[in-house]
Amino acid sequence: MNLDDVSKGDTLPTLEYDVTATTIVLGALAARDWRPMHHDHDFAVNRNGTQDIFMNTPNQAAWFERYITDWSGARGRLGRMKFRMLGSVFPGDTMALDAAVQSVEVDDTGCGWVELLVSLTVDGDLKTDCTARLALPTDTDDNPWRRRGDQWKP
Amino acid sequence: MTDELPSEVSTRIGAIQYEEQGEFPVEQGYIWTSCASVENGNPLYWDPDTAAEITGGPIAPPTMLSVWFRPHHWAPERTEQALPLQVHFDLKETFGLPEAVMTDNTIVFHEPVRPGDLLRTHQILRSVSEPKTTKLGTGRFWVIDVEYFNQRDELVGVESYTGFGYRRQA
Repeated sequence: MNLDDVSKGDTLPTLEYDVTATTIVLGALAARDWRPMHHDHDFAVNRNGTQDIFMNTPNQAAWFERYITDWSGARGRLGRMKFRMLGSVFPGDTMALDAAVQSVEVDDTGCGWVELLVSLTVDGDLKTDCTARLALPTDTDDNPWRRRGDQWKP
Repeated sequence: MTDELPSEVSTRIGAIQYEEQGEFPVEQGYIWTSCASVENGNPLYWDPDTAAEITGGPIAPPTMLSVWFRPHHWAPERTEQALPLQVHFDLKETFGLPEAVMTDNTIVFHEPVRPGDLLRTHQILRSVSEPKTTKLGTGRFWVIDVEYFNQRDELVGVESYTGFGYRRQA
């Protein structure tokens, strides 16, 4: 995907995923997060007072990244992500990731950027939102990953 | 609570604190485990030819930045470790604020992280607000940056956290 293929207001296809206890535990351990509220049901319920174990923040970031680069392809390069955590994701939830393009621009170094507002919802309730700044090639010869130093302004 | 920042806090603003070296080099196996956990099929992480063409060789997913600093669950003869974001806990203690929440978190990505990199990090307090009252209670907002570098001293990323330390209303 190149920058020319994208316009403000475009929406990304929804990703739906049925979350299981394995999703939560695998994600926490993949992020080296050993805290018990992400794998121990009894601890989560009786010590933390939550309904179940819940997805940790770094794993949510990994889900957002996967969702964005599924859309952009491998040449898409993330520059910045800003998260607001509003609620938790539990086993048994079907989470849905959606996004819309907020802006499309070329910066003063010639790097193409899109800003995406990505939401993670469960049954329509917003759990996390993420504003992501993603570099996309400006043409078939461009590759944002080649940018270094003052040519990369994320 | 007075508006004035105590000098022990104002002198910390902008200062580099809690420099720390990663416990292990960035490794390919963890990259695959992370990608598997979210079913991320980006060929940058699975196909060496694509990685060679686009990123000059294998890289780690950018959002794995903080993964490389989470300590082993156990290690022999380990001494006590600083908490992640120790500056945040220091501020709670300095201001006597028992509760805290993180209100937002921003990650900025610079040089790609590659298998074999050994990263280091430090924390920098950027700002502390005057006392504020929200629905949670009365306290202060602060912004803390965690900067990450590789073994060539290239900046690989910056995480910024906005925290609100507070005392519940009586």
